[in-house]
Amino acid sequence: MSNNTANPLQLAEERLLAPAELKDKHLDDALNALLRGGVDTAELYFQVARHESWSLEDGIVKEGSHSVERGVGVRAVAGEKTGFAYSDEIIAPALMSASQAASAIVRHGQQGAVQSWSPAGEQRLYAAFDPTASLPDSDKVALLQEVDRATRAIDPRVKQVMASIAGVQEIVLVCSSDGVYSADVRPLVRLNVAVIVEDGGRREQGYTGGGGRVAYDYFLDAERAIGYGREAVRQALVNLEAVPAPAGETVVVLGPGWPGVLLHEAIGHGLEGDFNRKGTSAFAGRMGERVASELCTVVDDGTLPERRGSLNMDDEGTPTRRTTLIENGRLVGYMQDRLNARLMGAEPTGNGRRESFAHLPLPRMTNTYMLPGPHEHDEIIASVDRGIYAHNFGGGQVDITSGKFVFSASEAYLIEGGKLGSPIRDATLIGDGPSVLQKVSMVGNNLKLDEGVGVCGKEGQSVPVGVGQPTLRVDGLTVGGTGGG
Amino acid sequence: MCGVDYPLQATITRAMNNTTQSDIATLSERVSAALATARDLGASQAEASASRGAGLSATVRMREVETLEYHRDQGLAVTVFFEHRKGSASTSDLDPDAVAEAVQKACSLAQYAAEDEFAGLAAAERMARDIPDLDLYHPWDLEPAAAIELATECEAAGLAADARITNSEGATLSTHSGARVYGNTHGFLAGYPSSQHSLSCAVLASENGAMERDFDYSVSRSPELLESAGAIGREAAVRAVRRLGARKLDTATVPVLYPARLARSLFGHFVGAISGGNLYRKSTFLADALNQTVFADRVNVAEQSHIPGGLASAPFDAEGVATADRPLIDAGVLRGYVLGSYYARKLGLETTGNAGGIHNLVVDSTGESYDDLLAGMDRGLLLTELMGQGVNTVTGDYSRGAAGFWVEHGELCYPVNEITVAGNLADMYKQIEAVGTDVDLRGGIRTGSVLVGGMTIAGN
Repeated sequence: MSNNTANPLQLAEERLLAPAELKDKHLDDALNALLRGGVDTAELYFQVARHESWSLEDGIVKEGSHSVERGVGVRAVAGEKTGFAYSDEIIAPALMSASQAASAIVRHGQQGAVQSWSPAGEQRLYAAFDPTASLPDSDKVALLQEVDRATRAIDPRVKQVMASIAGVQEIVLVCSSDGVYSADVRPLVRLNVAVIVEDGGRREQGYTGGGGRVAYDYFLDAERAIGYGREAVRQALVNLEAVPAPAGETVVVLGPGWPGVLLHEAIGHGLEGDFNRKGTSAFAGRMGERVASELCTVVDDGTLPERRGSLNMDDEGTPTRRTTLIENGRLVGYMQDRLNARLMGAEPTGNGRRESFAHLPLPRMTNTYMLPGPHEHDEIIASVDRGIYAHNFGGGQVDITSGKFVFSASEAYLIEGGKLGSPIRDATLIGDGPSVLQKVSMVGNNLKLDEGVGVCGKEGQSVPVGVGQPTLRVDGLTVGGTGGG
Repeated sequence: MCGVDYPLQATITRAMNNTTQSDIATLSERVSAALATARDLGASQAEASASRGAGLSATVRMREVETLEYHRDQGLAVTVFFEHRKGSASTSDLDPDAVAEAVQKACSLAQYAAEDEFAGLAAAERMARDIPDLDLYHPWDLEPAAAIELATECEAAGLAADARITNSEGATLSTHSGARVYGNTHGFLAGYPSSQHSLSCAVLASENGAMERDFDYSVSRSPELLESAGAIGREAAVRAVRRLGARKLDTATVPVLYPARLARSLFGHFVGAISGGNLYRKSTFLADALNQTVFADRVNVAEQSHIPGGLASAPFDAEGVATADRPLIDAGVLRGYVLGSYYARKLGLETTGNAGGIHNLVVDSTGESYDDLLAGMDRGLLLTELMGQGVNTVTGDYSRGAAGFWVEHGELCYPVNEITVAGNLADMYKQIEAVGTDVDLRGGIRTGSVLVGGMTIAGN
């Protein structure tokens, strides 16, 4: 086990700068090379990520794999212009040539000034350890085997179990001309279980998992890993009984937790700063307006301890925070990185994230969820005469300009006369972001966050995120089944 | 081989060629060293692949440069086998010490893997014997200013195309060239360079307070085969404007026309459904479907791995196995699977040279033009966009968000959105009524537009 009390900045300097004997002078030289006239900000982003994964199929752990990615991304920002270059060698000459390339965004001009560096106030939402070293390799293998054994034992209809475990330690150091000099050491683990069940020739799947910025023993607590297997089997068996989903608009009750992907798609992306600065979001220019029913308060919160979507600081060195996006139905906040905050005259909100040193930061979500309301879960189901209850989802997607969004239900039921009826087959639900939350007529008192498996994609970059919500009643969404509507 | 549209190209090509040849030499050296290290550490078999590339991308938005990005990527991945125990590792650092460290890590991980009798390299006799030149490498040494100019021209054409084009997400010119080397302990060691260039544009149209976005793009291995900047910008604008005023449809079952750019996805789901892992796990609706009718009898599909300049062309697959041309669907009947060596062995079959995926899937046209298809559909839905991942390969259940046009008497009536199209892929494949002549070459799957007999549209 690594030292849990390690200082992130010290560790980052040791791992990223010391091997190439990079000193303050080299960083200063690189920033000065970037800071030609007209450049507002110059930034160096050093990163090393060590990743491992283990996968099981057919009852055996077939393979372990390991990868190391290391590099530095440099960026010069002038007004709305960004010059960007990166190198996977962290050495002084590569840093200089990348800086010269990135600074070509402005052609000439006199020198700007580098402000003196100071580490930002530190949050410690998770420990600075290496999760891949948090359990001996033989125990990781044994854990997957145990999950396999326990999952197969649940029901004879289980025909296949696929399980995987993965961990990464990412160390980042951000150094910029406007005085940021901060580091973060980010552990992240996940465990996934997928099962195939068969009954009378019909086959269905179930899929679940979880994780966070924790050590692997998280999965051993309270038999959590085995619980994932049980949940995957339960879902798959429910799907064996599923009837065709209805087609058409109907009342939809969304379960607590991961169905919060609704918020992520319907409004989350539309409230990212870049789309609003550029006026390409259906929410652009609507600050202060009523965009949801009064029951809805939605936040993005990067400060939840040990959550998958949390960060001590974003990838620009801004400490994360809790940002209220919608308060009692009114639009009150956007999520900002530094570039868009500056151009919009707003504060950065700690949402500047990037997939790696080889990608530019963008305003991105962290953990996005709706606060609880007054209603009991059962009361909400009972209020629906005819509709569907969506308990679990796959992924979603949004067109931020038209506001149309989709998400796919992987476990859902008909509601008839206030009671749950037959499970229904996989169906996509489609709605309109700016109006869907206005149709929220009941909000549960049962806020739940997801298990920690979310990945959000934007402009080709993937980052880990979290979502959550209490049970919600939406008075009209289009359900894309094949059955009579 | 190349045209001369870009005067700088000849000189730069030579410069890049030298770089790339030395890259291939360096990558070959690292791959050989990795294999030797694996052998020294006791591995009975090993394979390694390495790549290195560089590129540039410029985005212009609202007539101003937004980003200028220089890309440079490299990496080496190694897999080792200790008899039937497997371990793998990768590194972005090609320094000999970093490579050796990756090999050591792979070897140490292999000690924890279980004995798997099917693990190992592809059979030695299946290795590619000669490496055909597939015309994949047309580097473009574009000055940043020239890249910016092209992106500017592209976006300007979109912004100028219609008064209702009021905003833009910009136009991006990207160019990338690199080399890939693969080797294994059968003695196979080969590599080749390749390039890919693209120009894309996304603009917004607005009217009566509603906004719509759409885009167009061109992608090619050769710069002179890119569509003109002006045409891309204008097409993006036409596509965005025609979406304005979209409404929902009433729920109905009607024929659906997938235009070529979206029809590709139908065959992508097909490739997934006949891939080794899914077949072995029986997690596909096409399990045990070999020699059975799975498509309408008018449908013919082949893999053509060696199309010159093809976006998915490759002389050998990710295991060094020679790629080939072969039929996959012959008059609706499934004639082959998509297998690498591992799942092929588990299924008691031979690899089809598809470790790493399919190498150009070509769907034959049934002879109708796009206009013929629209006329033939008469009344139904023309798709312009699909959203979400609502495809279940286990059951074939298909349900995706959509936008498009309502069609009556073969004419576009009005745009529609916030609807879904649903069916089951097994049924949809059998209900393919025609494949158009309007083949879209912008991907590894080449097909014309596809008319599917009847699907459920969910709306109001």
